[in-house]
Amino acid sequence: MYLLILILPLVGALISGFGGRLLGYKGANIFSIFCILLTTFLSFLVFYEIGFSGTTCYIFLSSWVNSGILTISWSFLFDSVTSIMLIVVTSISSLVHIYSVKYMETDPHRPRFMAYLEIFTFFMLVLITADNLVQMFLGWEGVGLASYLLINFWYTRLAANQSAIKALIVNRVGDFGLSLGILTIFWIFNTVDYATIFSLTPLFENYFLYFLGIEFHGITLIGIFLFIGAVGKSAQLGLHTWLPDAMEGPTPVSALIHAATMVTAGVFLLIRFSPLIEFSSTILFVLILFGSLTAFFAAMTGVFQHDLKKVIAYSTCSQLGYMVFACGMSCYDVSLFHLTNHAFFKALLFLSAGSVIHAVSNEQDMRRMGSLSKFLPLTYSLMLIGSLALAGFPFLTGFYSKDFILELTQTLSYSNLNSTYIAFACWLGNLSVFFTAYYSFRLIYLTFLNNTNLNRISYKLVHESTFLMSLPLIILGFGSLFVGYLLKDLFIGLGTDFWGPSILILPNHSNFVEAEWLPTLIKWLPFFLSIFGIILANIINLTSISSYIFHKFIKINSFFAFLTNKKWYWDILYNRLIVLPTLSFGYIISFKILDRGFIELLGPYGLTKLIPNWSQLILKLQTGQITHYLFFMILGLCFFSVSIIVNFTNYFHLFGIFFILFFFV
Amino acid sequence: MFNYFSCMSTSSLLFLISVLGIFLNQKNILVMLMSLEMMFLAISFNFIFSSIHLDDVVGQIFSLLILTVAAAESSIGLAILVVYYRIRNTITVELMNFMKG
Repeated sequence: MYLLILILPLVGALISGFGGRLLGYKGANIFSIFCILLTTFLSFLVFYEIGFSGTTCYIFLSSWVNSGILTISWSFLFDSVTSIMLIVVTSISSLVHIYSVKYMETDPHRPRFMAYLEIFTFFMLVLITADNLVQMFLGWEGVGLASYLLINFWYTRLAANQSAIKALIVNRVGDFGLSLGILTIFWIFNTVDYATIFSLTPLFENYFLYFLGIEFHGITLIGIFLFIGAVGKSAQLGLHTWLPDAMEGPTPVSALIHAATMVTAGVFLLIRFSPLIEFSSTILFVLILFGSLTAFFAAMTGVFQHDLKKVIAYSTCSQLGYMVFACGMSCYDVSLFHLTNHAFFKALLFLSAGSVIHAVSNEQDMRRMGSLSKFLPLTYSLMLIGSLALAGFPFLTGFYSKDFILELTQTLSYSNLNSTYIAFACWLGNLSVFFTAYYSFRLIYLTFLNNTNLNRISYKLVHESTFLMSLPLIILGFGSLFVGYLLKDLFIGLGTDFWGPSILILPNHSNFVEAEWLPTLIKWLPFFLSIFGIILANIINLTSISSYIFHKFIKINSFFAFLTNKKWYWDILYNRLIVLPTLSFGYIISFKILDRGFIELLGPYGLTKLIPNWSQLILKLQTGQITHYLFFMILGLCFFSVSIIVNFTNYFHLFGIFFILFFFV
Repeated sequence: MFNYFSCMSTSSLLFLISVLGIFLNQKNILVMLMSLEMMFLAISFNFIFSSIHLDDVVGQIFSLLILTVAAAESSIGLAILVVYYRIRNTITVELMNFMKG
């Protein structure tokens, strides 16, 4: 049963990929959906067995690499973290599979699409079930590859090619960090198995690594490298630029990869390595810093985006920031809870956005939509549920995880623990709540409620999507409504023993109890902020005050509007400062100066030029005049006599050879 | 009667003069051949002087051999010269540059 979860998506991918011609698109669709539904069913069984019955399952399949001290095996670990991730990945993936049957209905390459979705699911499952780092790395690279294939699904489009390459390369920067992390772990612990690493970590708390004469704290170094990996995969600030561009792929892909599953791999890595990260407060600090900055940055950027999918992409980025800084506050279970909830409502938002885009003849710009609520009542209500859940509206899914994260930041800023930098996270996180609520409702207004800007032809064609597209939306809608409430006690209930040994929180880092006894006003704060964001969105879209203010202070307002619309100029700065210099370095230094220049000059090209020149020079000595020949003879004679007298015994043979060559060339 | 060093210096001087005769002469091939003969002569002298000085007959035998070789050589050289002159109607050294590299 456990291995079947992994094997079924692989089989589905191989058969619908290679046998797509034989099966036809209907056969490929049915087969892959059958595989993924069976996987989902099995992973629910696993969730019951692991999560509720409180067992942990190791499966050793076979040995992979055995070389001296290095032993890597194909083996799988199913513990509570894995079982949760299994539920998230397989359920979102199966819903996306069902959704894309209808969404990709008119595409000529449906079997290929299904195969890619399935192979992505397979690699994601490899990533989350691995019990050693190398096998995890296989899944990690595999989902990167699958994301490349899926973003580049419409490979005839230039933008899709570019953004797929960007996604792959930016991810590769993080993967480099992760591979360094694996090597460091092997250097320190002499193993890559999770179980050994985690049980040995407390012993290596004061282990120092010497590199280039600098002293590094071993666990901090590992944590930094793992965090670099997570930055790439989970689109944290610095390597976040690929995520919004990855919206070039089909919408189900965005829902599956860039909302619910692939981007959560980085957070999953941090949660999985909680027994290691806990022992280095520096890493926790870095996580808080980067996570809260990402949350704030992405939330603010989302405010002025016009592309329907990019708003949601930045929202994903922002929510990933929340998860990371929840990890930084040692609240790994809260982070995983938010990950689960976020998967549901973000998949809902993305798939609803896909439904909207489908309805308005593939128009993605929100400025050219509007007043769709009458035409798409189901999509509207589902998207409203998703947005409210995202904004942390009470008793929806987002409320239980997001507000709890913010309460935890408050706890720490009100206690004496590390108060300075937690306060930082607290402020940025709370500000992001405001922005999140604002852009969610801006999206609702621009798409569904404002006057329409759609042209007449596409306006006539607006239609609610069919059953196969609505069903996943409705299921996800119910998920967004109830998942948080249902899983609250299991995940973050006070004193829950659900996690068992899979998540470690040091007693002096645990602040759950304090969070329960915060001042009431503080507990209300995130709610107030999100309500304020919603009200502000209402005011700006319903009244003309905003345009009055905008035109009153046009300079400063357009500055901020441009700054956020252009994503704080991150891409431009990266292109100017890193990408273009690197490319021109590659062209000028590596290619023109070294490859085509220096090495060729020393190598074949230079020698072939040199020898004819020399032979021409020596040829000129042979004039055909006897007198000149005589001159050389006598000169040689004199030289020989002089050399004999002065006794260059050592060089004599050399001279002899030289003169012989000289005369016989 | 035979002061060894004066004899050696005479023959060396003769050799040097003949070398210079070949070296400095740029025009006439006959003069070059004559200088060559003079080199042989100088070397023969040297052998003879040395043989007398060392009281050894081998030097004189060598000088006799050189005499015959020089005669043969000059006859062949003159014969080549004659053939050359018959073909080209000139024996100027400067025009002998067909073997240019």
